[in-house]
Amino acid sequence: MSELNAELPLLKVSNLHVYYGAIHAIKGITLEVRKGEIVTLIGANGAGKSTTLNTIAGLLKPRQGTIALDGMPVGGTGASKMVYKGLSLCPEGRRVFQQMTVRENLEMGAFSRPASEIPDSLEDVFSRFPRLKEREKQIAGTLSGGEQQMLAMARALMSKPKLLMLDEPSMGLAPILVDQIFDIIRELHESGATILLVEQNAQMALSVANRAYVLETGSISMSGNASELLHNDAVQKAYLGN
Amino acid sequence: MIFLDNLINGLSLGSIYAIIALGYTMVYGIAKMLNFAHGDVIMIGAYVAFCGLQYWGLPPVLAIAVSMIACTVLGVTIEGLAYRPLRQAASLAVLITAIGMSYLLQNTALMIWGANPKSFPTTFINSVSIRLGRLNISIATLITIFANIVIMVSLTLFTAKTKMGKAMRCVSEDRGAAELMGINVNRTISVTFAIGSALAAIAGVLLCSSYPILQPTTGSMPGIKAFTAAVFGGIGSIPGAMLGGVLLGVIEIFGKAYISTELGDAIVFAVLIVVLLVKPTGLLGRPIREKV
Ligand SMILES: Nc1ncnc2c1ncn2[C@@H]1O[C@H](COP(=O)(O)OP(=O)(O)O)[C@@H](O)[C@H]1O
Ligand SMILES: [Mg+2]
Repeated sequence: MSELNAELPLLKVSNLHVYYGAIHAIKGITLEVRKGEIVTLIGANGAGKSTTLNTIAGLLKPRQGTIALDGMPVGGTGASKMVYKGLSLCPEGRRVFQQMTVRENLEMGAFSRPASEIPDSLEDVFSRFPRLKEREKQIAGTLSGGEQQMLAMARALMSKPKLLMLDEPSMGLAPILVDQIFDIIRELHESGATILLVEQNAQMALSVANRAYVLETGSISMSGNASELLHNDAVQKAYLGN
Repeated sequence: MIFLDNLINGLSLGSIYAIIALGYTMVYGIAKMLNFAHGDVIMIGAYVAFCGLQYWGLPPVLAIAVSMIACTVLGVTIEGLAYRPLRQAASLAVLITAIGMSYLLQNTALMIWGANPKSFPTTFINSVSIRLGRLNISIATLITIFANIVIMVSLTLFTAKTKMGKAMRCVSEDRGAAELMGINVNRTISVTFAIGSALAAIAGVLLCSSYPILQPTTGSMPGIKAFTAAVFGGIGSIPGAMLGGVLLGVIEIFGKAYISTELGDAIVFAVLIVVLLVKPTGLLGRPIREKV
């Protein structure tokens, strides 16, 4: 039912507060992602971007606030259950299983799905990431940084998420690889994926996204259409180095 | 001939260490904790098997099965009640809890079965022996070595091929990333304790078949040595536990036979110290990667 409701955002986060002990890391943020959109969350190092994604993914418990997926509240159920509800996080720093092969990593990405559906998804992912197909049997820890990032993204796709969350996919990559990663994000968008993208590379993120939120020390300071923010003076000063 | 006798005894003792070491190494690898009560689970397993054989008149296979079930339930219960609430706590708190659990099990055994050592019935397993030339090998020894091999192969296949086995490897590498895959970490850790404890029951029966004196402290020393074996082989590594256990048993028996009976245990630990000085992660341990 709710899937048919076009008015309802796919993800709706309201008044979210997250603490690390006494540290108030997220101070009441509200954001939404509609079906088929790329929404980006940009901000300086330490602004709380990863904390936000990790909380949505269920790795962290919010002190206050609600998270709803397709109109259903999903907060506080734990990360392992969120995958089954259609949420997938490609975490900061990739975190592929270093000692497993590329293929095993991908199979683990489909842990929440019946084994019979895995071959099709593998094929799908391999056609998107031909590089991974070549390295199918290689141990993930021996891949280059860019390949590991692709593996992490491919692994996140293996659960067939309704919402894909990417935490700094371009971090630490050479410019040419950054371009490749963003090409893939664009392709995913064209094939209908809904993506919440966290980036420090504001230029790239704003150029690929539909809408954007700017996070500053745990609060949202600005939001709007990505193209407008890209040309906004304050954003340019703070995040685009102009 | 004496050399071969010693070697076979060493392999047999080492196989028992290896089976116990698996419990330590799997729990350490997956739950990132040292379960110091593991040796005492062995003791409980031996007592249950003892009761099965001596009092309840069970056939050996059934007595072992009952003992395995009892230990599995015990291991999972210990994990759920004592360790799980401490999942986010400092590792020192978990360690102290495990030591406390060890004493709790020993004292419980003392309460139920008393302080007097029981003589473990071994006729069922030692009635036959095989002669190879001048060599006399007891069935207990053969079964021990064989059981070790079967357990190693099965566990290796289990972790390599099954969904639960792969989930264990994921949790062992990166608990958070494992959760993001949809893996239920608590359930995975429970299963790890279940497997380790069931193996502890087997180790308990094998141990008492070769060294048939059963008392509440029976599990302590083999527990410590098996822990040593796990560290020796590289804690967290299943083949490491096998290698460490077998080597430790052989070194212990040879040390006692050729160097000094009294110093047998000291020699074992001396070897451990030397290995750790040369290779801090143990024989088959992976180098510790810095997380970035
Ligand atoms: N595990 C943690 N314990 C305590 N403070 C943390 C922890 N992780 C992050 N923080 C703090 O929370 C704030 C937000 O961090 P984070 O979400 O990682 O920022 P970003 O991803 O935007 O760089 C920072 O001030 C950071 O120091
Ligand atoms: Mg971050």
